[in-house]
Amino acid sequence: MTLEAFLVVAAALFCVGLYGALSQQSIVMLMMGLELMINGILVAAGGFWYAVRPVVDGQVLVLVAITVMALEMAMGFAVVTALFRARDVDMTDDAGDLKG
Amino acid sequence: MVWALGAVAVACGVAVFVVDSMARATFALLASFLCTGGLLMAAGLHYPGVLVILMMIMEMLVMAVFMVMYMMNPAGLMPMSMLHNRRGALAVAGTAFAAMVAGIVAVPWPERAGRPPDEPAVALGEAIMGSKMLVMMVIGVAILATMIATVVLAMKSGRYGDDA
Repeated sequence: MTLEAFLVVAAALFCVGLYGALSQQSIVMLMMGLELMINGILVAAGGFWYAVRPVVDGQVLVLVAITVMALEMAMGFAVVTALFRARDVDMTDDAGDLKG
Repeated sequence: MVWALGAVAVACGVAVFVVDSMARATFALLASFLCTGGLLMAAGLHYPGVLVILMMIMEMLVMAVFMVMYMMNPAGLMPMSMLHNRRGALAVAGTAFAAMVAGIVAVPWPERAGRPPDEPAVALGEAIMGSKMLVMMVIGVAILATMIATVVLAMKSGRYGDDA
C-alpha cells in the first residue's frame, strides 16, 4: 500500500464530489457532493497516517473530519427544512434569489 | 486491496450522480462510504473505519427519508435532469483532478517515520482523554451547538415562536 494509491483515490473522490456540488440543482444532491469531498479528505488523512507519520495526531484529524461530516449533514438537512418551510424551495437556483 | 476498494468507492461515487433514482443515489453513496471505511481499516485505522461504516449506514438511511420528503423524483420513475452548468462543473472537476494527480506524482513524499502502534484504537482513546482533550471538548461543544441549531431551524414556529 503506497501513499500515492491513497492520494489518487482521495483525489478522485474529492473531484467527483466537486462535480456534484457544482452541477446539482437539488440541495440534497449538492450535500451528497459535499459528503463525497469530505470522503476524499478522510481517505487522504488515513493514507498520510499510514504511510508518512503513524502517530496519534493523524487519527485525531480523521476523527475531527468524521465529526465535521456528521455536523455538515445535520445542519444541511435543517437548513433545507427551514428553506422549504419558508419559501417552498428545494432547488439551489430558486434559493439564489433574495425574497423581496 | 487499496486500488480495488478505491475503484469501487469512486465508481459508486460516480453512480451517485448518474442513476435516475434518488434512493439508488443514496445507497450508491452509502456503498462509497463503506469502501472508505474499508480503506481506513486497510490503513490500520480500525476504530475510525468502523465508525465511518456504522455512522454512514445510519446517516444514509436518514438521507433516504429526506430524499422521499424533498425530491421530486425519489424512485426514478420519471427520468429528469436536475443539473446546471454541467460542462463547467466537469471542466472544473477534471482540471482539479489532473492538477492533484500531477502533484501526487511530482512530489517526493517522505519515508514513513516510525511505525504504527500495536493498538491504534487504544492510542487514540488515550490521546483524546489526555493530550488531545481540548479537541474532544471543542467537538463536544460543536455537536451540542449543532443539535440546538438544527432543532431551532427545523421547528415550524422558528426561533421566536408563532406570535413573532
